[in-house]
Amino acid sequence: MKETSRLGLFLLLAPILLWLACLVILPHIDMLIISLRTRVAARVYEPSFANYVEFFTEPLYWNTFARTAIMSVTATMMTLMIAFPVSFYIAKMLRGRIKNFLFMLCLIPFWVSELVRTFGWMILLRETGVVSNALQWLGLVDGPVEMLYNDAAIMVGLVYTSMLFMVVPLVTVLDSLDDSLIEAGYDLGGNGFTVTREIVIPHAMPGIASGCVVVFMLTLGNYLTPTLLGGKESLWFTEQIYNQFITRFNWELGSAFGFLLLVLSSIIVWLGLRLSGQTLSQAVR
Amino acid sequence: MIPSIPQPKAFRGLYAAYVSIFFVYLIAPLVVVAVFAFNDSLFPSLPWNGFTLDWFINDTEPRLGLFQDHALTESIGTSAIVAFWVTVLAVSAGTCNAFLFEREKFPFKDLLYILMLAPLVIPGVILGISILVFSNSIINWVEAISGIEIDALRPGLALVVVGQFAFITTIVTLVVSARLRKFDPTLEEAALNLGATRLVAIRTITLPYLKPALIGAAIVTFLMSFENFNTTLMLVGSDAPLTIEMYDRLREGSTPVLNAVSILLMVGSGILALLSIFVQRDRNKP
Repeated sequence: MKETSRLGLFLLLAPILLWLACLVILPHIDMLIISLRTRVAARVYEPSFANYVEFFTEPLYWNTFARTAIMSVTATMMTLMIAFPVSFYIAKMLRGRIKNFLFMLCLIPFWVSELVRTFGWMILLRETGVVSNALQWLGLVDGPVEMLYNDAAIMVGLVYTSMLFMVVPLVTVLDSLDDSLIEAGYDLGGNGFTVTREIVIPHAMPGIASGCVVVFMLTLGNYLTPTLLGGKESLWFTEQIYNQFITRFNWELGSAFGFLLLVLSSIIVWLGLRLSGQTLSQAVR
Repeated sequence: MIPSIPQPKAFRGLYAAYVSIFFVYLIAPLVVVAVFAFNDSLFPSLPWNGFTLDWFINDTEPRLGLFQDHALTESIGTSAIVAFWVTVLAVSAGTCNAFLFEREKFPFKDLLYILMLAPLVIPGVILGISILVFSNSIINWVEAISGIEIDALRPGLALVVVGQFAFITTIVTLVVSARLRKFDPTLEEAALNLGATRLVAIRTITLPYLKPALIGAAIVTFLMSFENFNTTLMLVGSDAPLTIEMYDRLREGSTPVLNAVSILLMVGSGILALLSIFVQRDRNKP
């Protein structure tokens, strides 16, 4: 029995070790090594920090990096602001069937491809699109308005795409808040504002944190929404990575960019988990 | 705030209105995509020129319908093949991982668990490029040693399968582990006491218990693979899966045939969603 369970353990360990080593750990180490070298002649490389130096000295690169980070933070905050009242409504104001139905409705974007969702926003926002025509019909504007290809369009798309990942943890955490705590808050002389600040938000903090972390991470790494809704001026960092790799074939610089984005993303995830006092294993359950 | 606390009528009305607007925002893009698939116009935009089914069935340019557009139908086939292999591989590996983490004790288990979760927090684009870089390094290395070129590791469908497998396996592991954790191990012990071997006990007792989770995980895997874009973009070769084909056309501006594809996708994922809800309902019954 002892021998067979040894064998069993080994057989179970083999796939996960292969998977993690060959597809996760070694590729990232390789990417780091490649980012730390520079090409001096055809097929001749030398270790150097030139790629990272180039990132910090070329304003376009770090501007794009900072812009992506700032817009991701903004999108995360907006998603939270919009999702919180809705989640509260679903978790606390509704009961039974309608509650389940609306919660399911929130999950729809998960089941529909991101491409289709973005395509929908393109149809709504373009010059000949639905919103533009509606505004003309209402007499609010004189001619067609182009609402695509600007930062607001990118923001609308990013918030839309992220909504699900905020609503689900928020509804779950608000569902676990006992109604009597809210009632007690009112009995003790609180009003809507103070009860929200003193009772609801502290209770919802783990959900808020994990929602924000996931949304930020997905927004930062998004490629589709910024390029399709922002057009040529979208200046998203993942687009820079793609350009270096596929268009300009500068894998060294592209790897450095990839690594910087990974570091930023990991720091934010770590900070978010730290602030909410969770570990990664708890957050994914 | 909550129904048991009296609130001004105006506040309740405003709150309900806000939530209604939110759901309009949630649904609007999807409705618009679906409606314009039936517009008798060369562009997926207003004005509305009347109802047509051309974008599904017409067989002449420039109004090539979805079912006659071979580039599109082929890309759907490509995506299905990729999704099939990702599902087979990820569900098998994920189930092994679930047994490993729920049943076995070994050194560095916690560290391995954290590493197993890592693909969830790596942006898809970066996972894609790191695998691209590494597979290229392997090709160069093998070529330098033996002179053999491994073309399977060049960007293409094999690499796409591998790239998607790399992060979807984590999700399968989590789903199957959650179900396995609720399993009563005494059932398996009873089978062993009754003379079954370990493998027979797992096959006849444990796997049937896990079935809803396995089917649910397979559905989610298939969908995630079919709809994946970020990782696929970096690893794709000459055969474009559906998402890449659609993306290229969206950038150039396309006819409403893309709306028709979108409807197909929505119907397909809708069916899969219902299926997974159905499977999960079953799970609550003993």
